[in-house]
Parts: sequence; C-alpha cells; structure tokens
Amino acid sequence: MRYLLMLYADENAGAAIPPDQMAKAMEGMFAYQQALEKAGAFVSTSALGRTSDARTLRMSGGEIHNVDGAFVNQGGTLKVEEGPYAEAREQFGGLFVIECEDMDAAVKWAARCPAAQWGPIEIRPIVHTSSAKEA
Amino acid sequence: MSDTAQRAAERAARESYGRLLAFLAARTRDVAGAEDALAEAFASALASWPEQGVPANPDAWLLTVARRRQTDAYRRVGTSRAGEMHLTLMREELDDLAMTPEAIPDRRLALMFACAHPDIDPSLRSPLILQTILGLTAADIGAAFLIPAATMGQRLVRAKSRIAELGIAFEIPDTEDLPSRLDAVLEAIYAAYAKGWNDLVGEAGGQLAEEAIWLGRLVVALLPSSPEAKGMLALMLYSHARRAARRSPTGAYVPLDEQDTALWDMEAIEAAETILRAASSAGPTGRCQLEAAIQSAHVVRRLTGADNWPIVVKLYDILHAMTGSPVVLLNRAAALAETEGPTAALASIAPLADDKRMADYQPYWAVRGRLLAEIGNREAAHEALTLAMGLSTDPAIRNWLEARRADLLAG
Repeated sequence: MRYLLMLYADENAGAAIPPDQMAKAMEGMFAYQQALEKAGAFVSTSALGRTSDARTLRMSGGEIHNVDGAFVNQGGTLKVEEGPYAEAREQFGGLFVIECEDMDAAVKWAARCPAAQWGPIEIRPIVHTSSAKEA
Repeated sequence: MSDTAQRAAERAARESYGRLLAFLAARTRDVAGAEDALAEAFASALASWPEQGVPANPDAWLLTVARRRQTDAYRRVGTSRAGEMHLTLMREELDDLAMTPEAIPDRRLALMFACAHPDIDPSLRSPLILQTILGLTAADIGAAFLIPAATMGQRLVRAKSRIAELGIAFEIPDTEDLPSRLDAVLEAIYAAYAKGWNDLVGEAGGQLAEEAIWLGRLVVALLPSSPEAKGMLALMLYSHARRAARRSPTGAYVPLDEQDTALWDMEAIEAAETILRAASSAGPTGRCQLEAAIQSAHVVRRLTGADNWPIVVKLYDILHAMTGSPVVLLNRAAALAETEGPTAALASIAPLADDKRMADYQPYWAVRGRLLAEIGNREAAHEALTLAMGLSTDPAIRNWLEARRADLLAG
C-alpha cells in the first residue's frame, strides 16, 4: 500500500533559518530518505517552492451541472489567485510517497521524519497512481 | 464539589479501579459492560459523596452500585442467557452487601492473563492491560503507541468483544502453562515500559514508564512465587534509575558509559538489586532475570570501575541460547566489542545481515556503524550511521549519531 506524507511547515520561520542549520536539517532529511530506500519503503520525494510563488485557479460563481455525463460549470468564471487559497500558519512544503504495510506502519515512518519536529505531517493512503512512462 | 469527595473518588480510581473491574468482569467475561457499570458507579460517587459524605467503605459502595448497573443492563437485554446472568448477578449483589474491602477477591492477575491471552492480538495486550487494570483512556494509550484515540478505542472495544466471544476465562493458568502465559503478561507490561522509556523526554512517556513499574509491582505482589515477575520488575527499575542521566542539561543524548552516575537514583538501584537477589534464589533463571542481571553488571561497572564485560558477554550467551533473538545477538555484539574487539563483534552479527527485519531496525545500524568505525571502515560506517539516523524518531539520538558520523571524517 502506498501512502502520501504531506509535510507542513511555517515557511517564514524556515526562510529565517541560517544556512548551516538548514544544511544540518537537510542532512537529517537525506538520512531519512536513505533509511526508507534501504527498507524498500521509498517511492519518491519532492520539495515544493514557497506559497508566494503558487497560483490557485478557482471557478467563481456558477453551478455545477452534469451534462450528458460530463461535469460542467454554468455561469461561473475561472479566476486565478496568487498563493494558496487559505491562509494558514503552516504551509504544505514537501512530500514523500512511501510503500508500507498499513497506516500504522506509515505513521511510524512519518514519526521518523525530521520534519515531524517542526510541523504537522498529514498521512493519506494513495488509492491509485498513474505516472509518465520512464524514457 | 468538595475536595474530600474528589480525593476519595480519585483514590478509589487509582487504587481500586482494576481490582473492582476484574471482580465485576470475572463472572460475565464482559469487560466492556463492567467498564460501563464501573464508570457509572464513579459518576454516582462524585454526585452523591459531596452531599452524603464519603462512605466508610468506598470500594464496597462502588462495587454495589456498579453491580446494580450491571444487573440492570442484563435485565434490559432480556435474552435467556442474559436472564441467567441476571440471576447470578442479583445473588452476587446480595453477597456484596455483606462485603468488606479485604474480602473483595483480587482478580486483577486473572484479568491480566485474559488480556494477554494467546488469542488476543499481541499488539493490543499492552493497551488492554493499561486500560483495564489502570483505567487509562484510549486517548492516553493511543498517544503512547502513536495510534489515534478513536482508532485505539475501536481496537480495544474489538479486543474486549473477542474476550467475551471466545469465552476467555479469567483465571490463573495451571502450573504447566503458567511460565509461557506469564511471559505474555510480562512482555505486555514491558512493552508499556519501553514505550515510556523511549519517549522519556516527553511528559506522557515518563508517566507511562511509571505506570508500567506499578503494574510490575502488582504482578510481583499477586504472584510472589514467580522469579520472572521479579526479574522484570528489577529490569524496569534499573532502567528507570538512570532516567535523569540519559540527557545532558541541554537535552543531548548521553550513552550509558558516559552518564554521570551521581544522577542515578540509588534507591531504585538498591530496590532492583534486592528484588533480583530474591528472584535468583527462588528458582530457574529466565529471560527477564538474565536481562536484569546484565543491567546489574552495567551498574557495578560504572560505580566501581570493575571491568566486568566478560560477565556481560557470558550472560548474553545464555540469553541468546535461550531465545535465539536477533536483538540479543546485537546487544551481545556491543559487549563482545569490549572483550574481543570490533572485528570479532562484527563477525558475530554477520548472520543478521540477511535478516529482513534488520532493514528498519535502528539499533542494528547504530551498533554496526559504531563497530565499522572502530575497525576504520569509514565508508561502510558512514552508511550504517546514516541509516541509523534516518530510522531515529528521537532528535537527540539523531544528533548524537550525526556527531559520531562527523567524527569519522575528522578522525
């Protein structure tokens, strides 16, 4: 079973960390990834850019209708906003996809992630994945 | 609410919860029903004691109210089995009225055996004992085991239904089965202790370790003839005695051989020594006693400077012959490094390299990394220490391992 670990952190606090301390934190994250790999639990990881560089696309107004089996918004306008829609203390900043037996095991892995020390980690089962074919 | 009533209820909860629950559940085997009845009895106590005063015998009062609730519950169900149970409970209710607290039979040990029964999922035995004997909430237990409160609650409910469905008896096993069944009880208690020990930096962890020691004392009191129960209590006390020395004032991890022994709790150590001596003179030496004896040797070495590593290796030899456990082999290797050097120690754990369970077992990589560093194999040591770091939940341990890894590059 695959699980998505969504790592949240206060990105302003993160940006204020001196480079040497940040390098040490990254060493911890890299060790964590190696441990996942060794245990055959690693699938992928990504670090995300700051939310100030993000865009949120949102249909404003209108209503959702099912027209001949397709979902169509009628009367709304697509709008793009800067940043994520919701203001939150912690932002979604990175992810791991891991392979493990069950949710208990996924929580155990999440607890080992150094990021658990500074922000919440949301753990979600992945029910289906499609990926681009490897070249 | 008056403080007196509050205190009396809390005292009863702490000292009598498990005793009353075990007594109530023993006949019906309905742990969940007994818990509900007892919870209502405690609620009634808190409501009526401040007005009417604390009864002379709070336990008997609580038991009578709980028994009445239990009887009512069976009356409401109304099946023939429930009708039978109802009559039994009514008769017992009358008996209770004449009961003094000394006369309430202590069935907590039988309840613990039911909780650690072979048909109960091993991962739930420890949570079940913590809930039924100590009255800990699913939220508190879940926090210690990294399981959400609601999930832990559901699992405990299912485990209790299983006890009822399978008709697991609340009894002390026969002499023949006793050692193996007791092992399961001791293991469950030790699992609670280990949770507390590993998370000792947190407030909740420290409390859980103390609860486990309380349970250990209870088993020793209820089964005074068992050397293994004493061995386990001694084992927990040795570890607990060192709790203040495990972290520096800044929160850094301090390994056993660098701990300031002035911070050790000598009273706990002396208690452990006494209990271990009593265990050793009582009968055959089991696993817990051997592990406690190893802790005793560590204490003696640190306090007197005596080089007793050969004794420690010897004790691990016996323990390994008894259990065949990879964890024992690993701890033995750390001791063997002191007597025969890191090369022999590494060779002794070579069989573990193919053991899949070691892939995410943090102590394996920590010990391996240390030994590889000692023989000067920097590259392999670097990899092992990195894996140990990556598998650590405790940031203090992770930092310590990272410092050992940095030593590799500096040395």
